[in-house]
Amino acid sequence: MIKNIEQLQDMHLDVLKELGSIGSGNAASALSEVLQCNTDIAVPSVKVLDFSDAVNFLGGPEHIAIGMLINMSGDITGMMLYVLQHSFASRMTKALFGSEIENLLEMNDMEKSFISEVGNIMGGSYINAIAALTGMTIDISVPVMTVDMVGAILSVPVIEFAQVGNKALFIDDSFKIDGGEIKSNMILVPEMESLETLFTRLGVSI
Amino acid sequence: MANTVTVGIADLNVVKAPDVLVTYALGSCVGICLYDPDKKIAGLAHIMLPLSTEAAQGVNNKRRYADTGIEELIQKMTMLGANKARLTAKIAGGAQMFSVNSTVFNIGERNVAAVKKVLSSHRIRIIAEETGANFGRTQYFYGETGIMEIRAATRPTKTY
Repeated sequence: MIKNIEQLQDMHLDVLKELGSIGSGNAASALSEVLQCNTDIAVPSVKVLDFSDAVNFLGGPEHIAIGMLINMSGDITGMMLYVLQHSFASRMTKALFGSEIENLLEMNDMEKSFISEVGNIMGGSYINAIAALTGMTIDISVPVMTVDMVGAILSVPVIEFAQVGNKALFIDDSFKIDGGEIKSNMILVPEMESLETLFTRLGVSI
Repeated sequence: MANTVTVGIADLNVVKAPDVLVTYALGSCVGICLYDPDKKIAGLAHIMLPLSTEAAQGVNNKRRYADTGIEELIQKMTMLGANKARLTAKIAGGAQMFSVNSTVFNIGERNVAAVKKVLSSHRIRIIAEETGANFGRTQYFYGETGIMEIRAATRPTKTY
């Protein structure tokens, strides 16, 4: 029985990494369709990080970023949190509207709704890839978005996760859009039972 | 020179004047500042969950919860010479970072309610409060004055 994410072995992490890769690849092709340009993705790095390390990795507690929260239900329950940096959002709006975002805190409604839609598409294609591969049914909610301090955004999964540990699965994606590199980060907070279901479904011993 | 002591998430600390306490980016968590104005002893606890008695799978970190966290903070302050009867409280945080209706997203509100209940059970008066809404807050607490300062991304700094 896996009670806690720290108990995952290298083998489990490799499986999650592979799922992360497939999901990210799918998300990248969805992105290139939206933006109508070439999008490549490097193999994502999947880590198990302490929340404090995750916060520092994302720029420190007071660093401003976009947080997008998506709930998963069905065969896998839990939440995914996309953390998108200024460079990512700016690249997106430049591709669509031709203008960059100067300040994340001053995005207009159109920019906000576009970024939220990007999150929706990426999250959806990510989850669809995993669902297709495992034959599981996973439903996702429409993402809710906020722009605020990274520490405050991450406090949401931290609290959700407090009972099972203080570490999370952290997926670091690097996309190349028309040659320029941008990063998106996803924090996956699956319920432990769901992870077990997932491994069982894939024939990986627990 | 005043030192600034950082309090992490699910952690707490105590200083004497002129030192300063800070906890960064409170979201749904609540920062509780306690102060003994006579001795100029200041304490700050950054709790993330309501009551330890409601914890489903046992308590492995007392500083996570409003009740056990505040209790330990009071203990640390009295050990440093503070008088419990003189303590006053200033609290901040308990935001709802994402606007979704469900119990887990309402944790900010539940945290604030638990903190108030616990402080009242210790007969500690809350003399300033900035809680709720939907944004993150960084909380400074000055040992010299007992002033709480709240910094947020989208508005000017406020002092309490």
